[in-house]
Amino acid sequence: MFDALSDRLDGIFSKLRSRGRLTERDVDEVSREIRLALLEADVNVRVVKAFIARVKERAVGVEVSSALDPGQQYIKIVHEELVATLGGTTGKLTMSAKPPTVLLLAGLQGSGKTTAAAKLARLLKSQGLQPLLVGADLQRPAAVEQLRVLAGRVDVPFYSEATDPVSVARGAIAEAQRLGRNFVIVDTAGRLQIDTDLMDELKAISAAVQPQNTLLVVDAMTGQEAVNVAEAFNDAVGLDGVILTKIDGDARGGAALSVKEVVGKPIMFAGTGEKLDEFEAFHPDRMASRILGMGDVLTLIEKVEATFEEDEKRRAEELLQSGRLTLEDFLEQMQQIKRMGPLQNVLGMLPGMPKEVRNAEIDDNALGRIEAIIRSMTPEERRRPELINGQRRMRIAKGSGTTTNEINSLLKQFKEVQTMMKGMPGLTKRAKGGKKGKQKGKQKGPKMPPGFPGGGRPGTLPPGFPDLEAGGGLPGFPPR
Amino acid sequence: MVVVILVVVVALVLVSAGVFFGMRGSVRSKERGRVAGEPPASPGESPVSKHAPAPAVESVAPAPTVEELEALLRAPSAPDVVVTPEPPAPPAEPEVLEPDVLERPRLRDRLGRTRSAFSGAFGRIRGRKIDDDTWDELEESLLLADVGMFTTTRLLDAVRTSAKETSATEPDELIALLRDEVVALLSGDADRSLRMDAGEANVWMFVGVNGVGKTTTIGKLASQRVTEGHRVVLAAADTFRAAAADQLGMWAERTGGELVRGQEGADPGSVVFDAMAAATGRGVDLVLVDTAGRLHTKSNLMEELKKLRRIVDRTPDALKEVLLVIDASTGQNGLVQAKQFAEAVDVTGIALTKLDGTAKGGIVLAIQSELGIPVKIVGVGEGVGDLIEFDPAEFAAALFSED
Repeated sequence: MFDALSDRLDGIFSKLRSRGRLTERDVDEVSREIRLALLEADVNVRVVKAFIARVKERAVGVEVSSALDPGQQYIKIVHEELVATLGGTTGKLTMSAKPPTVLLLAGLQGSGKTTAAAKLARLLKSQGLQPLLVGADLQRPAAVEQLRVLAGRVDVPFYSEATDPVSVARGAIAEAQRLGRNFVIVDTAGRLQIDTDLMDELKAISAAVQPQNTLLVVDAMTGQEAVNVAEAFNDAVGLDGVILTKIDGDARGGAALSVKEVVGKPIMFAGTGEKLDEFEAFHPDRMASRILGMGDVLTLIEKVEATFEEDEKRRAEELLQSGRLTLEDFLEQMQQIKRMGPLQNVLGMLPGMPKEVRNAEIDDNALGRIEAIIRSMTPEERRRPELINGQRRMRIAKGSGTTTNEINSLLKQFKEVQTMMKGMPGLTKRAKGGKKGKQKGKQKGPKMPPGFPGGGRPGTLPPGFPDLEAGGGLPGFPPR
Repeated sequence: MVVVILVVVVALVLVSAGVFFGMRGSVRSKERGRVAGEPPASPGESPVSKHAPAPAVESVAPAPTVEELEALLRAPSAPDVVVTPEPPAPPAEPEVLEPDVLERPRLRDRLGRTRSAFSGAFGRIRGRKIDDDTWDELEESLLLADVGMFTTTRLLDAVRTSAKETSATEPDELIALLRDEVVALLSGDADRSLRMDAGEANVWMFVGVNGVGKTTTIGKLASQRVTEGHRVVLAAADTFRAAAADQLGMWAERTGGELVRGQEGADPGSVVFDAMAAATGRGVDLVLVDTAGRLHTKSNLMEELKKLRRIVDRTPDALKEVLLVIDASTGQNGLVQAKQFAEAVDVTGIALTKLDGTAKGGIVLAIQSELGIPVKIVGVGEGVGDLIEFDPAEFAAALFSED
């Protein structure tokens, strides 16, 4: 049911690919699939309707360049349109000319306001601001205490009083002035948008402190309701932006698109995990790929950047240019990949993975076994695996606690990778040039969204890289 | 860029190798460090059954001694907001175990006109003949209620079939047929009662993703059961979220329940362990175990949850309910959540929370139809009494009400 859009579109596009241009019927057929994908991603039904209409209008009758097949053309339009819709106006916090700047957080119960408040304080602090965290959620038991603890953890002063939310907010401004803090983050109680009493209270808080920024906190798992919530809060207190929380799960987060479309305010930040530093600026292009069920290459690249040291990167580059990979290098690279987290997560970010692989259960322990095998080889064997004969195999198996069968398959896989790497001459060139313009010139047509399957070569994969889609054709992947 | 390619290459090999080797098993990710060892066996009467493994691995917080625990249980609970500071009373007759339904609000009283998923569609399709637009309107209404494409298609296909059989010609008839289908889907032979046997250890575990309302649901349930004369223990096994135990503690205070808790950041297993000692102790009728919210995609946290369940399972037949708490505004991800939690800890029912908004909670239709997990209780407000039993007919009526 939750198959990625790419899997389903693959079928349709393979039919379309043979034709020259998009007819209205083609567009209709593909649109149905896009609609389904958007609905499964929890984009609001009405937003989906409007969106599809927009895309269709752009797609039908568009001059199709001979370099692009219709499928590419269409998905490019969809992706561009999604990014445009999600991004649009840039989301920057407004700073008050007269400090302190006030930021008000609002949202439903359990959307993650308190956690977001602390994470935001941490982020702002790291950018040189002096935030003050204010606990104005006097409704939920221990909510104030929760924020107090979190404030301590991010080392930001905290303010609250046992009066009423409006007084707390007002008192917080005075406290900020007294302490010389230039940014006040007010956490409020969760409330339903139809609860008039509580919405009035929110209006009163807003009126009392005149926030420069009012952010709605929205759970990425929210369904169709997101639209009503956003509309109601926007009507009540006038939103400036949105924080999307809990996107580290597997919810596609269509709520983001719905909210953006309805209130027209940017999604500024995203909560990406339970830890207090797992909070970042929102990336519309990544969200677009996610809503469409595509891989997330950009996150992968970022992760690589963060994990690999400079010299390690250079080493990897040299390795690629030489085109010769030994088991030693392999072991080294493997350990670095391990640092990037569970293999399954890394894999999920790779574009164009066949379904079998994406859904395959990957056991990170397998890494350990491969490691054990390689470590049981002599340095000479690692450099020249062809040396490994039956006797050596037995020895390695014993040493690593595996079987000779496992060693055989590892060696076989490895050989295939070696062959594959030798067959990548373009890679070497690009690694040296590494300029964007050059890449563009090489590509057949306009740049495809990252991770689009079957769309020729996504910008990140070099020519000569084996086609990942062809028949579940992972290099060295046993046919199923 | 180049590194990425290499990563791809290596990842591919590893994956293919891993799959080829056919190695399966739990992913040992230690990024959170939240999977701690099993709690130590505490001295004194321990509920560890013979066959259960009892490894004594170090745990972060020392489990309280039996004396401390008993002192905790005996500690007078300060009644605060709500009345009924019940002194520990031995369980009464089994009949008393049945909750008093009459005084609780009924679903339809709590769900105003904003509820209806179909109020808009009614206006648009009534008085016209049935055509494609009619079906589109019905589909849109179901989708807007978060029923999801799959279940929506299934429901509408069923309606199409019966419409043909009954040769329905009016849109009103279609809506009636659809309502029947929804009721049929929800009804089945599901047992929606919450199991609690007099004279036995009764443990209910609450699980779910972050922010769905587990702690609040426990607070409300505790209040109701204490009012009915039961002695209830609230176990704060959410040792991760800041002040989560304080939040549950306030509920314990308010309701006259008793609290079992550990240090923040302590091994939740040790809290459950202590809770089990309380559950098997004399005079305790019900133990409600609050667990930390966790995304179903975090395998290490799901492993932790399984471990908590194993600790409860050491006392045979004590675990009566594992309730998955789901926010009524949850979209299609709710189905994945339910699937994953059910696989991990064998969920017995669903607590649907925050249904007093305009969210329709249609995801429970999908969950019931695809996974067969029944909704057992519904949260319809912030008051302690605002937790009621789930009634399929009323739920359907609320979806279709015409105000």
